[in-house]
Amino acid sequence: MSQLLKSYKSHRALILMFLPGFLLFILFRYVPIYGILIAFKNYRILEGVWSSPWAGLENFHRLVSGPGFLKALRNTGIIAVLKYVFVFPAPIVLAILLNEVRKSWFKRTIQTVTYLPHFFSWVILASVLFTFLSTDGALNQVVKMLGFESINWVSDPNKFYGLVVLTDIWATVGWSSIIYFAALSGIDPTLYEAGIVDGASRWQQIRHITIPSLMPTIITMLLLSIGNFLNVGFDQIYNLTTAPTMEVADILDTYVLRRLLSMDYELGTAAGLFSSIVGLILVISANRLVKLYDKDQGLW
Amino acid sequence: MNHRTVGEKIFDVFNVCFLLLLALSTIYPFMNVLTYSLSTPHAANLPGLHFFPKEVTFNSYMKVLSNMEVYRAFGNTMLRTFVGVILLVLLTAMTAYPLSVRTFPHRKQITFLMVFSLMFYGGLIPTYLLVKNLGMIDTIWALVLPPAVSGFNVIVMRNFMQSIHPELIESAKMDGANEFIVFIRIVLPLSAPVIAVVGLWAAVFHWNAWFDAMIYTSGPRHEVLQLFLRRTVLDESNSFLLSIDPARELNLYTPVTLKSATIMIITLPILLVYPFLQRFFVKGIMLGSVKG
Repeated sequence: MSQLLKSYKSHRALILMFLPGFLLFILFRYVPIYGILIAFKNYRILEGVWSSPWAGLENFHRLVSGPGFLKALRNTGIIAVLKYVFVFPAPIVLAILLNEVRKSWFKRTIQTVTYLPHFFSWVILASVLFTFLSTDGALNQVVKMLGFESINWVSDPNKFYGLVVLTDIWATVGWSSIIYFAALSGIDPTLYEAGIVDGASRWQQIRHITIPSLMPTIITMLLLSIGNFLNVGFDQIYNLTTAPTMEVADILDTYVLRRLLSMDYELGTAAGLFSSIVGLILVISANRLVKLYDKDQGLW
Repeated sequence: MNHRTVGEKIFDVFNVCFLLLLALSTIYPFMNVLTYSLSTPHAANLPGLHFFPKEVTFNSYMKVLSNMEVYRAFGNTMLRTFVGVILLVLLTAMTAYPLSVRTFPHRKQITFLMVFSLMFYGGLIPTYLLVKNLGMIDTIWALVLPPAVSGFNVIVMRNFMQSIHPELIESAKMDGANEFIVFIRIVLPLSAPVIAVVGLWAAVFHWNAWFDAMIYTSGPRHEVLQLFLRRTVLDESNSFLLSIDPARELNLYTPVTLKSATIMIITLPILLVYPFLQRFFVKGIMLGSVKG
């Protein structure tokens, strides 16, 4: 104990420097975690979180029996799975294809161009896309030139998930490929030389050298993203939603936002807690699963 | 040097074509908006690809820039970006440096708190109620204080600061410098690369942020640029476009050219610094991917 006191004393200047930022960190990252108690309370604003009466699991009952939550959960699940199937592999494919290009100026140009959307908010990206995809927008001009009727890209509920997946690839594929591209440049070139000597074709080199070398990076990225499984991209979906697509675009995050706006704080907190816990369970179990398979892999 | 088979040559051609198509489809929507923003109503209404502008005019820009709301939104965004970046960088560095000192008490437990905060989040509503109870609604503090110290930024900076040679710090202390002088004279200058990266992340974050402004502020007085854009382009119910007099003005601009000009005005500041931003951001990915 006295040792700890001594340590405090000898570090008092550092502690003084540390405290303002640390207290702010605790205030905005940990006090809200305490606020999760609202999900188990009958929250009364005037009484505060602690003094409000307990409600047990009543709010969770209301959540699953009320309208909206299960539909939002279903929509979120569909989008999450679609994004894992189509959006997650896209940058891996892009990195491999870019790696097959020999001219470095060409590579750099493609990279510089495809990174661009990463620097804009989804408010800007959705505005740009709506202009481009509108009924008489540029894409439909091309469609008409090819002799087809113009297509309703943005406000058709049947096309909404397609729109979400494609625009997400459009916005993120370049930037997300950086990490894979860096991993590719770290591959020992003698592996390829040995492959060529053994008569491996380009496709065989990709399959037996490139992809296995990318596996650790792919697994790390998968683990990093799995905790956000239910965060399917609020910024994107909220800004891409129009009145006709409201039904299919209602995800957990928009459900929580609506509960906030209607001041139904308990339900919103309960829904938020649900998605945080699912994320935490997913990341912990995925990490354990990976470690079972290979001890050196995993996030921690 | 190596003999390429016919199949491989075909693959190379397809690969290059595919990548070109990808680059084109990334850039086309932006070029399209740029073209509209510079078009006369006549050119904007012509059928065609609208990739390059014809009949260039700045009428739409003049109309958008004659609207006082744009300047107010610009001012609000600049203010939150400026204050937000300075607070974030300063507080993050001040939190990260002590954590990089190996003898700092409770270092392990604090680092755990930082990492755990990346995996578990209190949620929108508890955070909103906290900000509200702190009396920050409709103030700039609601926009700059919550994101100021994040576990991720602190860990990235701490990792970098750990690589500073302890002898440098020791010798400064021998010369009588106290911790604050060491921090300002030695740690901060040597951490310039990581401070630049984190500072640019923060600048782009604040420039692009809209959701926090949407829930924590209300009314036109606090409106940031991104929300002005949302109101103008995505949610037309409440936009200055409604005040256009069709009889008098439709030969100067159309709703599409005006919306496009608004998008361009908000996009331009980022586009101007893009080459520079991009280099630092790519560096930042490598800094951020250090396991710690």
